[in-house]
Amino acid sequence: MAEKLPGKINLEIVTPERQFFCGEVDAVTVPGIQGYLGILPGHAPLLSELKNGVITVEGDGAKQRFFCGWGFVEVLSDRVSILAEVAEASGQIDAESARKDREKAEGLFRSRPEDTDYKQALNLWEQAVARLEVVESSKD
Amino acid sequence: MPSGNLIDLRRRVRSVKNIHQITRAMKFVSASKLRRAQDRVFSARPYANRMLAVLNSLATRVESSSHPLLAERDGEQIMLIVITSDKGLCGAFNSNVIRGAARYIEKDAVNRELSLTMVGRKGYDWFKSRPWPIKHQYLNIMSRVDYQYAQEIGRTVSQYYAESQLDAVYLVYNEFASVTSQNVVVEPLLPIRRLEPAVENETFLDYIYEQPPAVIFDNLLPKHVETQIFRAMLESEAAEQGARMTAMEAATSNAEEMIDAVTLQINRMRQASITTEIIEIVSGANALQEARSK
Repeated sequence: MAEKLPGKINLEIVTPERQFFCGEVDAVTVPGIQGYLGILPGHAPLLSELKNGVITVEGDGAKQRFFCGWGFVEVLSDRVSILAEVAEASGQIDAESARKDREKAEGLFRSRPEDTDYKQALNLWEQAVARLEVVESSKD
Repeated sequence: MPSGNLIDLRRRVRSVKNIHQITRAMKFVSASKLRRAQDRVFSARPYANRMLAVLNSLATRVESSSHPLLAERDGEQIMLIVITSDKGLCGAFNSNVIRGAARYIEKDAVNRELSLTMVGRKGYDWFKSRPWPIKHQYLNIMSRVDYQYAQEIGRTVSQYYAESQLDAVYLVYNEFASVTSQNVVVEPLLPIRRLEPAVENETFLDYIYEQPPAVIFDNLLPKHVETQIFRAMLESEAAEQGARMTAMEAATSNAEEMIDAVTLQINRMRQASITTEIIEIVSGANALQEARSK
């Protein structure tokens, strides 16, 4: 019989400026570079880059969603560390400016001016969409 | 004559008292800002440490990465990123950094092609009238150090470096040693120094990788540069508040000393004039008495 799996994940989310989240949770979903990754207690060690998206933290029967800019996740046997360049809870997000960002990016994709930096525009769009998702999900 | 002087002295005491009040207030303000800046230095550490730990552990797995930021060149083009404050009244804080940078330039950058990136107004004001070209300046950002700026600076220098427009980049800033002392440090930023591959400890385990380790490694390196710059900016901010606090404390006690000295002088003068008056009255009375008794 393998050793007993831990029941909780020791999760830490840090940004360059501060520790954003620290606590024991039941599960966490992160926006991995190749798609969303669900991490449960006892996950094998893993290292992945994160793209713009939503981090979902499940604990105490509730789900919390955070916006995540670029970052990476390190899963170790006893803890999960997420290093996010930007992390925001729904209360810290300005939905209005996210909406404007999305429109601006979509406008760029439609009109395609010659000097468009598509990488930057895509980044803007992804961030705006993820931010709005966080805000939307916190409403219900 | 003495009374005119007395008015001047009283005026002086009044103005020194005003200064005293201001410097004392500034001291308290910087003390509280220092506390906040110190907190930020501490809360920025976990990210930088984990980043470095992951980089080091990746370095063991990635055989000689050819990432452009690791390439060491014997080129002649160097850049100094000099971090000063935007505001003065903080003792020798800015002149120390400026002197440190200037000394480095005169000693190690002779015959090399030098460019500067200035963070903070004080350094910019000093260097703009000097013969060295300032490529970028970031002014009025030190009151609220934001990661965005570090990101911008990091991206810019990384790009220059990758395009071989620069062969070495150094950071010059005040390191926060303690509340009362700051050290000027000149720190190599690029090329990224060889990372020390993690020692293969007993709990050494291999990760599952979503991407090839080399890709993650290469993506993390530019971020590492940004983190370094951010850390330097935070250190400098904390050091600035510490320096200002010390300077204002010194100014406050100097003002107190001055107030005491001038007040003493005023009292002496007043006493002297009173004494003179009494002598005049007494001798006048004596003269009258003598005249009458004759």
